[in-house]
Amino acid sequence: MSLLSAEDLVVRHGLLQAVRGVSFSLERGETLALVGANGAGKTTLLRAIAGAHQAASGRVAFDGDDLSGVPSHERVRKGIALVPEGRRLFVQMTVEENLLLGRTAGRPGDWSVERVLDTFPNLKPRRHAKAGHLSGGEQQATAIGRALMSNPDLLLLDEVSLGLSPLVVDRVYASLQGLIGSGTTIILVEQDLNRALSVSDKVICMLEGRIVLAGDSKSVSRDEVTKAYFGLHRKGAGGVPA
Amino acid sequence: MMNQIVQGVLLGGYYALIACGLSFMFSVMRIINLAHGSLAVLSAFALWLLASRFHISPFLGLLVVLPLMAAIGWALQHFLLERSARGGALLPILTTFGLAIVIDNLLFEQFGADTRSLAPFIGSLSYDSWEWPGSLYVGKLAVIIFITAVVLLGGLQLFLTRTGLGRSIRATSEDPDTAGIVGVDARRSMAIAAAIAMVTVGLAGAFLGMRATFDPYAGATQLLFAFEAAVIGGAGSLWGTLIGGIVLALAQTLGARIHPQGFLIGGHVAFLIVLFIRLYTSGLGLRGLLRLSTRKAS
Amino acid sequence: MNTASLVIERGTPASRSAGIGVLTIILLLAIAPQFLSAGAVDRMTALFIYVILAAMWNALAGFGGLVSVGQQVFFGLGAYFAIRLANAGLNPFVSLFVSAVIVGAVSWPISLFMLRLRNGEFAIGMWVIAALTHLLVNLDRLIQGETGTSLISLNVYDASTRRLTIYWLALASMTALLAILFSLLRGSTGAAIRAIRDNEDAAASVGVRVTGTKRQLFVLAAFGIGVAGALWLATAITFQPKTYFNVQWTAYMIFMVLVGGIGTFEGAILGALLFFLIETWFGGTGVWYLIGLGAAALAFSLLLPRGLWGTLEERFGWRLLSVGYRVRLPASAADPTGEAISPAPTAAHSEKA
Repeated sequence: MSLLSAEDLVVRHGLLQAVRGVSFSLERGETLALVGANGAGKTTLLRAIAGAHQAASGRVAFDGDDLSGVPSHERVRKGIALVPEGRRLFVQMTVEENLLLGRTAGRPGDWSVERVLDTFPNLKPRRHAKAGHLSGGEQQATAIGRALMSNPDLLLLDEVSLGLSPLVVDRVYASLQGLIGSGTTIILVEQDLNRALSVSDKVICMLEGRIVLAGDSKSVSRDEVTKAYFGLHRKGAGGVPA
Repeated sequence: MMNQIVQGVLLGGYYALIACGLSFMFSVMRIINLAHGSLAVLSAFALWLLASRFHISPFLGLLVVLPLMAAIGWALQHFLLERSARGGALLPILTTFGLAIVIDNLLFEQFGADTRSLAPFIGSLSYDSWEWPGSLYVGKLAVIIFITAVVLLGGLQLFLTRTGLGRSIRATSEDPDTAGIVGVDARRSMAIAAAIAMVTVGLAGAFLGMRATFDPYAGATQLLFAFEAAVIGGAGSLWGTLIGGIVLALAQTLGARIHPQGFLIGGHVAFLIVLFIRLYTSGLGLRGLLRLSTRKAS
Repeated sequence: MNTASLVIERGTPASRSAGIGVLTIILLLAIAPQFLSAGAVDRMTALFIYVILAAMWNALAGFGGLVSVGQQVFFGLGAYFAIRLANAGLNPFVSLFVSAVIVGAVSWPISLFMLRLRNGEFAIGMWVIAALTHLLVNLDRLIQGETGTSLISLNVYDASTRRLTIYWLALASMTALLAILFSLLRGSTGAAIRAIRDNEDAAASVGVRVTGTKRQLFVLAAFGIGVAGALWLATAITFQPKTYFNVQWTAYMIFMVLVGGIGTFEGAILGALLFFLIETWFGGTGVWYLIGLGAAALAFSLLLPRGLWGTLEERFGWRLLSVGYRVRLPASAADPTGEAISPAPTAAHSEKA
């Protein structure tokens, strides 16, 4: 049984259909890269999986349970954690408090404040600093750490490299590499195609709310992905089963 | 003079007590509850009923009334505020105003227009006083109220910073959507916050009844006191509330010295002056205030 | 989209015949005292005052987005200044209107201050202003604290002249205030109001004078409520500060507007009419009547926040007095070029006003 599956998922923003009938599935331990131009619906898809947006139709199932109508905090309890676009830290709270919030769902596991600080050593001296006073890289590390504190089975990462210098992005991905190897299931949205393909097992490319390409990261060529990215490769439009 | 200042500071404790629930609810739910004062008066009447009908001391009565107030707070959030807050920022004002009218008039219907007090039920505590150095006489009750306010504010502060539930409430107040994403049940946090706020309101109602008199329509005045203390202290800051309460009480004391009817006027004027200074120093200055500003007032 | 193919209408045929209807009603009301008993004339005067109160509170809350629970300050001041002016020797009927002009003038400096507050802060801030003003008026020797005083100079007129004059003054004031509000909403201020209501920040960023527009409504509402307070004084003769500066007046305004339909021109009038009928039938039940009003306001804000008129208008597309524009797509252009994103014709763009 797949860990996560989406069937004909439709999500609306007001009158606009941001996700238009998306279906895919993901096995436990896999890493999926979600690519596509701005406005392709990637962020909306991640947020719908996390329960931050309600689906207009279709369904998402996680670990065999239908998630329809399940609010976001319940999904965290089931093992889904989102690192949202723009980090969305609680800026008036300290790094430690932000991390401890991730434990609210009460899932058992290995992650602790200490382990997050070991994983992201740059946070160590900032432990009691207000999150609003952190640098971009420190904020991103805190946001990822906060998600990890809930000991998720599925980690959703939305543009973790956005707004960071290349050096800091390398550092963030270096710490993610450990997670990817450890058997955590991950979906990541990433603008950098090379990076996306190199860390993932599977890749899905979205265009205007639909899946236009889906395949194994090792077998699809960069050229194919680029074409799908710009909508030059539409024969699979309407959702390719992964 | 010294004596009046001390009395004023102690009275500020009461204002802090009534203001902290209003300020707390505002910081978590972004709602100003216009039924706040009426609910405090409701608590005072409940204690009065227990004392006069069943001979239960108001202090023991709190064991019944405070859990009841917590339940009311929870229900208020769950059935009224949550629903009306979905309709925008203006609707909760109207909802809670309607609730205040209902509570006031139901109390009037039930208890009539007579003014009541809990003072007869707390024995000598209502008039006993301690002599402090410098021949200052301070009422025991006033000191108890002040200490209660400090303990309550301190306790609330510790609860919010040191416990998981407190952190969840703070996260909800900062950003309810993101709180949900990290696993916080924002609706539950808000209902708990409302319950806590109503416990403080219940306590304030008890002290209102012990130190003074009240009648079914006394809620409006208490709401204004709470609002003024909260704004003077800076809405959302707990210790600021205590400062705000003390400033309000001292201004009233000063007003009463200037004119026999100046007690309330002094408080209102102090509130407006603080508000004016705050707007004046908020970066726009007096010219900005007079210009047809298109900027959001913070 | 081709703009030439759009038809922009200011009214509908229904709204044009409604205009004629309104004129007829006003004329009928003007001659009505011929056929009404003295008591009925007094009640009708009260109704006109309620319509003014509802329309003015609605102007502030429904169109300006400013919910105030301190509007009784202007009601009380309208009566107070009238007493003061009449006491200084001005004709009592003239004092009523000079008083309202002073109230409007006083509201301007208040607005400088209060419009910087938001939502609930503004609501209670106005209440503080009302409470403070009440206390200050009590200090006036002429008023003698809560004892109050009377508009004695009205007694030089005999009862029936007084009754009829006040009736016509109330009718004229109501008509004039509604007309001012109506033309304000149809003019450029109306467009600004709708822009602000849709998105205040966006409106400000495209150059809509947000605070200026709100100030216009604030001063209009203060003036109108001042007129209402002065007229109420003329009918009641006695002035007790506690009665006039009572928050109950704002409670009535809120009830009328919430039940009738907040933000709709017709809704406030309908609300005032309903309030008048409810008061006539149940006013005698005392406290239960007040409980009922509060409960109704509570229920409407929770269950039917658009009020009766707003709900009917939405369901049936009613529009009697047209204050907005409606944009219709002619039949030939009704086929939308895009996908489901295009708004449904007429419905989505006919603004509420």
